[in-house]
Amino acid sequence: MMRIVPLAWLFALGVHAADAPFAFKDGAQEERFRRLASELRCLVCQNQSLEDSNAPLAQDLRKEVHEQMQKGASDREIIGFVTARYGDFVLYRPPVKTTTFLLWAGPGLLLLAGGAFAWRVVKRQQPVNRSSEADSDTARRAAELLASARAPARGKRS
Amino acid sequence: MRARFVVPLVLFVALVGLFAAGLKLDPKLVPSPLIDQPAPRFTLPKLSDSQASFTQEEFRGKVSLLNVWASWCVSCRIEHPLLVELAQSGRVPIYGLNYKDGAEDAKRWLAYYGDPYRSSAHDAQGRVGIEFGVYGVPETFLIDGEGRIRYKHIGPLDKRILDEKILPLIADLEARRS
Repeated sequence: MMRIVPLAWLFALGVHAADAPFAFKDGAQEERFRRLASELRCLVCQNQSLEDSNAPLAQDLRKEVHEQMQKGASDREIIGFVTARYGDFVLYRPPVKTTTFLLWAGPGLLLLAGGAFAWRVVKRQQPVNRSSEADSDTARRAAELLASARAPARGKRS
Repeated sequence: MRARFVVPLVLFVALVGLFAAGLKLDPKLVPSPLIDQPAPRFTLPKLSDSQASFTQEEFRGKVSLLNVWASWCVSCRIEHPLLVELAQSGRVPIYGLNYKDGAEDAKRWLAYYGDPYRSSAHDAQGRVGIEFGVYGVPETFLIDGEGRIRYKHIGPLDKRILDEKILPLIADLEARRS
């Protein structure tokens, strides 16, 4: 128990070490801020969102988003502000345009293409089904032949 | 038998081609949406004289370069001799945007490494940098006589980019003005 408390402190302090906390009117505002920040990519550490990154630019942009929220800007206006200056690459969900069409549709199209290909391969491997009609025809014919083969031999004995 | 292999082979080659092209792209080079847009309106104190103002009007009337720099930026030192040489040639005026820097540190840095800038704007908070879509230092903007951004170079300038892209573009823009 004695070891856990200092350790817990260490973790608690580490979470937002570089940031001055932002003030929000209520939980909903804070939630909105987190959502906006997580939709935007940090251009310095490109694999992190604005919410996660500790890069100075991310801190500046978080501050910017917060300020705009306080001024009453809508989500669309805030996103528009950042994309007007940094381009669509900053969005984790870029708008669907002719240039991003493949990005959005690609996985679905590949899945369909792959599925169609797999379907063809599977069909080719299945054995060809004889129809049941042919089966019974062949069986009847065989029975007739067998019957006529036996009959003449009986008649010819005297 | 042959035809069955052709389709997957063609697809594979196409995919390899796509990946090869993709590997050549550098994700750190984010294209700027501000190309051909007017430079953002701003007012900043000049580095040399904090009482004087630097605005976007400074760019009007001639083609110029705006170089984003800082005393804490190591890459800036690499490109700096090139900028000093360019300034000395008088080919094109160079303005500086001193980004998120201390004024004293910045002035000392210029005194030591040389000052190629007609004037430097002191963007202590980096707010104007955001307006320009700056996400790293150094970056260099080419601005035409109407105050429109025509080209952005990300990272330190080198002789090749200067000779192959920037100087021809400057000549082109100047020719269009007259």
